[in-house]
Amino acid sequence: MAQPADLLFSREHEWVKVDGDSATVGITEYAQSSLGDIVYVELPKLGTEVAQFSTTGVIESVKAVSDLYTPLGGEVTEVNESLQNDPALVNREPFAGGWLFKLRLKNVSEKDNLLSPETYAQLVAEAQ
Amino acid sequence: MHDRASPLIFEQGQPGRANRYVASDATLEGYLPADAIRSDLPLPDSTELDVVRHYTRLSQRTFGIDTGFYPLGSCTMKYNPRVNDAVANLPGFKDLHPFSPDELSQGALQAMYELERSLASLFGMAAFSLNPAAGAHGELAALLIAKKYFAEHGDDARTTVIVPDTAHGTNPASASMCGFKVVSLKSDERGRVGVEALRRVLGADTAVCMMTNPNTLGLFEDHIAEITRAVHDVGGLMYYDGANANALMGIARPGDMGFDLMHLNLHKTFTIPHGGGGAGAGPLGVAQRLVDYLPTPVVRVRGAGGDGASRDENGTAFWLDYEVPKSIGPVRSFWSNFAHVVRALAYLYANGLEGLTDVSRLAVLNANYVRVKVQKFLETPYPETCRHEFVASAADLKKETGVRAVDIAKALLDRGFHAPTMYFPLIVPECLMIEPTETESKETLDSFVDALEEIVVMAKRDPQKVMNAPEHTPVARVDETRAARHPDLRWHPPASPA
Amino acid sequence: MPYLPHTKRDIAQMLDAIGVASIDELTKVPADVALRTTPDVVSALPESEIMRRFEMLASRNRAATMTSFLGAGAYRHYCPPAIMSLAMRGEFLTSYTPYQAEVSQGYLQAVYEWQTYICLLTGLEIANASVYDGATALAEGVIMALAATGRRRVLVSRTVHPNYRAVLKTYCDGLDVAIDELPLAAHGATDYSALRDALAEKTYAAVALQSPNFFGIVEAVPEEMRPALKQSGTIPIAVVAEALSLAALQTPASWGAQICVGEGQSFGVALAYGGPYVGFIACTNEHLRRIPGRLVGRTLDKNGKVAYVLTLQAREQHIRRERATSNICTNQAHCALIATIYLALMGASGLRDCAAQNLRRSHELAARVTRMGGFRMQFEAPFFNEFVLNVGSRAGDVLTALQSRGILGGLDLGRFYPELSDCILMTATETTSSQEIDALSAALKEIARVPTHA
Repeated sequence: MAQPADLLFSREHEWVKVDGDSATVGITEYAQSSLGDIVYVELPKLGTEVAQFSTTGVIESVKAVSDLYTPLGGEVTEVNESLQNDPALVNREPFAGGWLFKLRLKNVSEKDNLLSPETYAQLVAEAQ
Repeated sequence: MHDRASPLIFEQGQPGRANRYVASDATLEGYLPADAIRSDLPLPDSTELDVVRHYTRLSQRTFGIDTGFYPLGSCTMKYNPRVNDAVANLPGFKDLHPFSPDELSQGALQAMYELERSLASLFGMAAFSLNPAAGAHGELAALLIAKKYFAEHGDDARTTVIVPDTAHGTNPASASMCGFKVVSLKSDERGRVGVEALRRVLGADTAVCMMTNPNTLGLFEDHIAEITRAVHDVGGLMYYDGANANALMGIARPGDMGFDLMHLNLHKTFTIPHGGGGAGAGPLGVAQRLVDYLPTPVVRVRGAGGDGASRDENGTAFWLDYEVPKSIGPVRSFWSNFAHVVRALAYLYANGLEGLTDVSRLAVLNANYVRVKVQKFLETPYPETCRHEFVASAADLKKETGVRAVDIAKALLDRGFHAPTMYFPLIVPECLMIEPTETESKETLDSFVDALEEIVVMAKRDPQKVMNAPEHTPVARVDETRAARHPDLRWHPPASPA
Repeated sequence: MPYLPHTKRDIAQMLDAIGVASIDELTKVPADVALRTTPDVVSALPESEIMRRFEMLASRNRAATMTSFLGAGAYRHYCPPAIMSLAMRGEFLTSYTPYQAEVSQGYLQAVYEWQTYICLLTGLEIANASVYDGATALAEGVIMALAATGRRRVLVSRTVHPNYRAVLKTYCDGLDVAIDELPLAAHGATDYSALRDALAEKTYAAVALQSPNFFGIVEAVPEEMRPALKQSGTIPIAVVAEALSLAALQTPASWGAQICVGEGQSFGVALAYGGPYVGFIACTNEHLRRIPGRLVGRTLDKNGKVAYVLTLQAREQHIRRERATSNICTNQAHCALIATIYLALMGASGLRDCAAQNLRRSHELAARVTRMGGFRMQFEAPFFNEFVLNVGSRAGDVLTALQSRGILGGLDLGRFYPELSDCILMTATETTSSQEIDALSAALKEIARVPTHA
């Protein structure tokens, strides 16, 4: 299944959209489908400094819990408040309305450690 | 019998519909300052008849071992003998206050002592503490002992607990509660802990390796002696999760395998009723070098020592020792889940060593019998001799028909059986863990296997029918997502907002 | 052998189906772990003799039938027989954790009712399905506060039950968390001025306060201190050892407790030499995701019918594993059921009457025993169903003398509070009769006349 072309991906099934020195992070379609119905999302506090691939939060579904890792390092500048009352948004629109948090990037070249849409698509195909 | 949804107890009753069990014309205001007294108590008043009907109806919407076959893997749902309840309820036990002086509690202390001695010998440990209230509680106490043991030996590099990926979730959770880091060890292709894989993660930072044997796949860890040696060689301790002890009595002992610490689940192996999820009891066993770290108090005997003490009724005196030199301290308010100590002891008396050995042997016979029949129509990922339980997988069935382990489980409910354990251990996809226990007859096992086969056949013919199950239970499948997204965890009185 | 249905024929057929000649082939273990010695276990007895043996053991617990004024965290209350006839029904007794909701609706609803009762009694918003007992409930409550605040110190009043404090220390040693104690004030309650000073440091994750406290005294955080408590970021944990008091006293929520932990044994659970009992934890909505243990929620089934289910399980050990809120798995469900049925039978009127009768008896007892010279109330403060009697000499000696007269006079406080070694903690409940109080008074009068070393 083709992945959105303007995104980069991590092995932990997060996506990131880079825009200059800021970025938006979410989880992929594959991730939301594996987790099942999401019931709660624990997001990082605003202003937190996070390192690439470190644990930044938690996503809870009915039957599972998954640590959230950030695909890039930086400072958390915004979190998706809608998820407080409507965690299902992550299931419905993982690449759009279900975004999780935004970062001001520390080191844009960290992008090189991420996967292209094609490589990620292959990862997903192998997992299934 | 009507099977209507039952209103809550709060939705019944009328104020003033009192049962007057305790007559009093005293008032709270007569003894307490007005500002200390609560103004309202929004609890319902119901007649005894209404309460009896309410809870009788609730019991009828609950499935227990008494209702039908309950092959819940890892839980050992064997018959709970009624004589155990009768002895536990004797007034001399039931009405005994925990702060009763030792000399006026000799029967209780003797019961604790006898159980402790029997368990120590049966499992090859130097001593047991009867304090922990559950298996997980015993695990926690054991890990606290390990932590203190290393601290006493000036060994503060011991920060890691190793746990196989098939371990029960309480193992890593208990380790975290003691501040340990958890390392999960991948099982080998035989479903066991591989000695080489283990050696690669062992080191000076290893505090404890937690295992169970047979493991949660029902397989005997045949390299266990080598494993315990490897862990001891790096200075670590071995912990035995006793959830599967039903497979071993009179056959092998964790102490002989090299385990230093262990817990038992009296509510599994020793027939304490599960009571809807507890209360259990999780005695903690230790090897000789850890005896001084046991939680307080410990039951001791004065006077004639040795094996005769546990049966000798003349000249011995039992007492509670609070001065255990390096104890981790107490882990609960009082001394033990004592009523369960009595039940377990009664079970030991019913069996003796020979009886307990038969229990384990027949538990293993029953599991293998069910296994060879089930593996004809359902995949069993480890098609070798199992111990008291085995795992089947619906992964292939899911690929072929879409029917999953949970669907099979629900279809079993429709046929009057409780489902096996689902989705545990985590390493087997679409897992069903089946533990028949020794108290089930061949006819029961045959009818269970027949039902399971019928479901698998149905899955291939008409999968949707299986996925619609259950259809003959008080409720159909429950919306768990809704429950988690919009938690409704209690009733609210009408006057106050939710 | 009992409970084993296998006939020789069954075994033969089963072995044949499996394809082995004997059970030995299934149970064999490697030589290096085979049994080396024959385990020494009690000898088997037929069931009729088992009863006899245990009756003999039970008869040697003379304390169970003596006149008793013991309390201190385990209370003798009247338990209507209807409780056991319901709770011992086989479906309730022999079911397990309700993981298959469709066949466990009865138990799940009963737990939902327990959760509700605990909320109504404590004034808080959420309660879990139970924990082991009051002491471990306190430990779990503190762990919640540690997670909520990120702080690593806790404050506990010295008037909290000594066993609870000792268990908390055991748990905190495992987590490298420091515990500081608030001292005792002269009138037997917590020294609240020490609390004010401690809170100002803003380093404590929680402060645990018990009311009625270990001495039976009704305590409350002074009104003027409550805003400071709220500002401090320290989470107030209310501790309750005598649950019946919740029916009479202002709720913990009313003075600002965010977490309430305690012991439910008073609600119909037998004394049984210390267990099984039933701990409870209640909290505000803010702490929902940190509360340990099981939670039962109300939802709908796929056909729109009301249904109950274990929920928010992702917090628990079987899913979250090392990141779980707690390691708790098996709880005290059956004791929680007993407590729920007790509360249903007693109702609000019954609980109020029972609490009032406890107060009457304990105050009658206090008045009678202090009438004699040499005995006085140690503390001047409102109390519930227990109080501290200063006996003017070593408490242990007085208790021994009472014991020889067939009476358990109470608890020697010197055991836990060295400065109170001349004091006895005495308890009276609705089960204490006037005759028992008469007998105690007469015995004390005799003892007071006789030198205590006799």
